[in-house]
Amino acid sequence: MARAADAARRASDQRGWLLSLPALILLFLAASGPLIVVLIYSFLSPGQYGNVVWNFSLDGWRGILFSRDIFDDTLVLADAHLTIFWRSVWLSVMTTVITFAIGFPTAWFIATRPPAQRAMWLFLITIPFWTNLLIRTFAINEVIRNEGLLNSLLIWTGITERPIQIVYTDTAVLIGMAYVYLPLMVLPLFAAIDRFDLRLLEAGYDLYASRGQVLRRIILPIVKPGIVAGSILVFVPSLGAYVTPRVLGGGKNMMIGNFIELQFTQGRNWPLGAALSMMLLLIVMGALLIYVRAANRGTDPHG
Amino acid sequence: MEPTVTISARHVVKAFGQGSSSIRALDDVSVDIRRGEFFTLLGPSGCGKTTLLRLIAGFEAPTAGEILLDGADITRLPPNRRPVNTVFQSYALFPHLTVAENIGFGLRMQRRPAAEVKATTERMLALVKLDTLAGRRTSQLSGGQQQRVALARALAPAPKVLLLDEPLSALDLKLRKEMQIELKRLQMETGITFIFVTHDQEEALTMSDRIGVMSNGQLQQVGTPREIYTTPMNRFVAGFIGETNFLAGTAGPGAVVLQGGARVVAEHDRTGAVTLAIRPEQVRIVPAGEDGAIPARVRDLVYFGTTRIII
Amino acid sequence: MAERGFDVARLPGFASIAIAAFLALYVPILTLVLYSFNAGNSVALWQGFSLHWYGDAWNNDAVKSAAVRSLVIATCASAIATTVATMAALGTTRRRAFRGQTLIYVAINQPLMVPEIVTAVALLIVFGIVKTWTGYQGLGYLILAHSAFCVPFAYLPIRARLEGMDLSLETAAADLYATPWQAFRRVTLPLLAPGIVAGAMLAFVISLDDVVITEFVKSGGQDTLPTYMLGQMRRAITPEVNAISTALLALTVLLLTAFFLLTRKRE
Repeated sequence: MARAADAARRASDQRGWLLSLPALILLFLAASGPLIVVLIYSFLSPGQYGNVVWNFSLDGWRGILFSRDIFDDTLVLADAHLTIFWRSVWLSVMTTVITFAIGFPTAWFIATRPPAQRAMWLFLITIPFWTNLLIRTFAINEVIRNEGLLNSLLIWTGITERPIQIVYTDTAVLIGMAYVYLPLMVLPLFAAIDRFDLRLLEAGYDLYASRGQVLRRIILPIVKPGIVAGSILVFVPSLGAYVTPRVLGGGKNMMIGNFIELQFTQGRNWPLGAALSMMLLLIVMGALLIYVRAANRGTDPHG
Repeated sequence: MEPTVTISARHVVKAFGQGSSSIRALDDVSVDIRRGEFFTLLGPSGCGKTTLLRLIAGFEAPTAGEILLDGADITRLPPNRRPVNTVFQSYALFPHLTVAENIGFGLRMQRRPAAEVKATTERMLALVKLDTLAGRRTSQLSGGQQQRVALARALAPAPKVLLLDEPLSALDLKLRKEMQIELKRLQMETGITFIFVTHDQEEALTMSDRIGVMSNGQLQQVGTPREIYTTPMNRFVAGFIGETNFLAGTAGPGAVVLQGGARVVAEHDRTGAVTLAIRPEQVRIVPAGEDGAIPARVRDLVYFGTTRIII
Repeated sequence: MAERGFDVARLPGFASIAIAAFLALYVPILTLVLYSFNAGNSVALWQGFSLHWYGDAWNNDAVKSAAVRSLVIATCASAIATTVATMAALGTTRRRAFRGQTLIYVAINQPLMVPEIVTAVALLIVFGIVKTWTGYQGLGYLILAHSAFCVPFAYLPIRARLEGMDLSLETAAADLYATPWQAFRRVTLPLLAPGIVAGAMLAFVISLDDVVITEFVKSGGQDTLPTYMLGQMRRAITPEVNAISTALLALTVLLLTAFFLLTRKRE
């Protein structure tokens, strides 16, 4: 009889798997499975016209940091690659910092509105969040390009005579990424602040804390899980950004995403592209791991 | 003539969990419930009464033992094939259906003709006095009204047994009293066997034909309210039903000598150390020295509405 | 000025930054919308109101076929993603936690964690192999790719809805003679419907917006609206792109508003 209960439970577990199976197959075919192929490709040799030759080689991975000198065939640090990595990391960190500096006050503002208004402000943040990334990149491009809104305004008011060159610089990419990823920072921050008990502030002020001290000593430590979540949500897609640097950075100001694409198009070095993809994936996984750790700590009352 | 048995549980065991960590929610429970009676399972929370109800309904399978309905084994029958309906503690009314649709649900599932569904639904609506609310969504009803819908829904398919899982616990005191009378009326009118689960002894005593008192997964005593109240089988039943004073003493011929030396006259067949259980209403306050009196002191008075309890 | 109490929630400067942030978010979008109605062909000089860019876009065969393609892919992908996501949500909620459940969660949410460019490259390679093997060049690849990355977006609202659902309702249905299938069909599914519709709409929006994966997976002549626009941005930009963007934007806002109304009713 006890066996019957066991059998029923096993049947229920089995149904759980069976029902999930179509989703798992779909995701294996068009999401996880192909990643394995990328990993394999990163250990092959490049074909002459793109694609790969089935020879085992570490050149793909080596090529991330080094390139062969054209004259004496020795390995030298690939300066161009390092510049691209540095730009990617630097711009992603700066994007995270800027979106936090703007996003935290914004999230605080929304969370402290009267409940009736709050939904409206939140909706205003969600619309850009779900709006096509390309459209938003295009929209910010319209503002900052030479004949755009900003420069027209500056010339019209007489502040400058010539348009300030913003597009096709790192600054443009930075502005663009901060613009498109801001909602990703605000939403998790809002979620954390919304759970925050405002009576803690009263307690803080009651115990002689100044506004600055309350912010530093009470608010920021308590909403830390939200800060970590928002930072990861901004940093990860920034690092893998493709559309924004392509539209706003022109051809030269590449980030890792564009560099990967280049290997599959003009570069014709698929193994290098595959190795770069795997490297990006590893960095992102590392960041997510930090996030999971921090999130778990956030729920643990013993800190 | 012996009344016919509707539901019979035989040596039912239900264990949750596995191996040494398993908990026996029901530990060898056997009970016969007669046709047309109002049977109450009474006990503190966690005593296994709801588990027994779920086994009868078919939501869980027993670890051992069997359950018979009119003599036929239904232990392995799924709930949708048992002529047994439940009134859930949370009512579990379907939020996407109207009152009438909720009531007709069981009949429609049985593929009864539309005309019959309609007629029965109307009869049920009248029975629970909700005729005017037939088209409403259940979320628009008050707690008492939802309770009536849940009852009507469970009664509509004319089950052989109606199971009620603490159906009154969510209602306020006044409504609860009304529904107690209402439930009793419905049971009389329909003649259906009711198995009612509650932890409220007053509810059990006023409504039931018979009560089964449960504790720790075991059935402690089955009997009429009077039997349970006046001749409890053990200390648990005596303590759980009604107010009781327990006094330690020693049994002697025709009396019990309490620890303080006072003698209480009592008919009994025990010897040695015993516990005397005395209902407060059996105590009268009399001048000291009267025949059969025990010296006592009034320590406090607690106002308790119409009656006063003297401690 | 009226005496104001000490507002504990106020932090100096925060409100101004927030208002500035909202302005910064909306000014570019509104400018883009505004210039789609510009009579002139400049995206800087306002030369009067006109709808002729919408007319141009409408009469442009490339735009029209890209729009149709976008809608076909989004419809198919959201249908497939919602179906498998609904099944998976039914499989992973409301039962005892089972071995491998975490694995299923991770697998379903995987598209949210892997950078798009990596998935795009991976699909480029794998579908490239399949294309040479089978010779099939059709829309199937795009639909498959979109279906996969839409799964988590469809899954989340459906799962949330299922978790908020009262389990005793299905028990009650079984008690009232419903077979498991009838209980699902008459009770679970109708109650789940808002979650399924919400999931399908999110999946639709996500598919409609995708640029990166589509750009890498598409065969020649398989532009969707976003990849068409990306191509246009490399050339001289005319307000035609603004018009297409505005139309897409309107569709997104419409779907989102519906989504919010649907999910709000739950509370």
